[in-house]
Amino acid sequence: MLEEIKARLDAAVPGCRSEMILNGSPSGQHSLLLDSAHAVEAATFLRDHAELRFDYCSNVTGVDWLEAQHSPGYLEVVYHLYSMEKKRGPLVLRLRTENRTDKVHLPSLTPVWRSAEFQEREIFDLYGIIFDGHPDLRRILMWDEFEDHPMRKDYVEPDDYEYEPTAHDDILAKAKQHAMGKSQEP
Amino acid sequence: MDQKLRIELSKQGIVTTTLEELYNWGRKNSVWPMTFGLACCAIEMIATSMARYDLARFGAEVFRPSPRQADLIIVSGTVTKKMAPQVVRLYNQMAEPKYVIAMGACAISGGPFKQGYNVLKGIDRYIPVDVHIPGCPPRPEALIDAFMTLQKKIDQQTLTGEGRPRHLDPEAPSEFVVPRFGAHDLEPPNNPEVFRILNNIDSRNPGEVDAGGD
Repeated sequence: MLEEIKARLDAAVPGCRSEMILNGSPSGQHSLLLDSAHAVEAATFLRDHAELRFDYCSNVTGVDWLEAQHSPGYLEVVYHLYSMEKKRGPLVLRLRTENRTDKVHLPSLTPVWRSAEFQEREIFDLYGIIFDGHPDLRRILMWDEFEDHPMRKDYVEPDDYEYEPTAHDDILAKAKQHAMGKSQEP
Repeated sequence: MDQKLRIELSKQGIVTTTLEELYNWGRKNSVWPMTFGLACCAIEMIATSMARYDLARFGAEVFRPSPRQADLIIVSGTVTKKMAPQVVRLYNQMAEPKYVIAMGACAISGGPFKQGYNVLKGIDRYIPVDVHIPGCPPRPEALIDAFMTLQKKIDQQTLTGEGRPRHLDPEAPSEFVVPRFGAHDLEPPNNPEVFRILNNIDSRNPGEVDAGGD
């Protein structure tokens, strides 16, 4: 099914370089990577084509790929689409930024699926991906003055560790780090 | 006046009391909570005020939708860092004497979200809490118990002397620092005037960590 959609998409949107991302797990939920220049056009095609009609965007989420896994690292947005009319889905779309630092712009698909609005705001808030063309791109969970992106893998949280009676694993590591920081204070 | 004499007098139809007793009796039986809920604990709080558990038996049936008319703020649920300044501001707007019940694991310590980046590790960092209720969420009986504990506390307050409550002490603060939204965290992360316990526990911390280390 995905090959067929990809073939139709490549034929209908000139210059669109979509790519199949295969999922080797038992679920076999393969996805389609779109190039950001043609993403809005491709999304509109998927929504409006008479035989595809992916009219419902159920979920938008982000993924942070560090340099250690892919060089250079990048941020990714994943869209899950369903067709209410054809009772089909999900179709998984991906968009990737060029890197994790300065080239983090992606086109917003909110003009295509209105339901993406708050979820794209959440991704902007927690991952720091900037969606061009979003009607109201503000932080949604953290406050406006907040500067970090907490869902990024290299996020450093403020050292606000407090006593835990049975600290273990990650929390024990946190406790040790906090104790070290305290002993270094004058 | 000793207790025996009072009982003897009341048998003769003479009622004796003190201003303090009368004042506290009136106050403890008309504590009006604020209509204020934060998360799932608020549902239990609502259940407590309804017919089955009937908080009205304790004189607290009138939930006031304004901090100006409320005596009690029940912090019922997870206090996110984004919400914390609003909670403190509401508390500041309440008229003295005012009381705080921290309801549930989140409100007393951050609960399951304690190690996260966005949840306050207990509202006692910014406002003085009178009664803590553990539980996730606490049952209505637990809230009623906390309420009775608060009533006992009010009953024992003296009007004069060292132990007098905050609203009768001109030196005591009635407003507390409203935290500001910082670039990485709330500023300040706690109000040391209110949150004294942390400093004691924290100084004990390095030893505890070594003992539990691998």
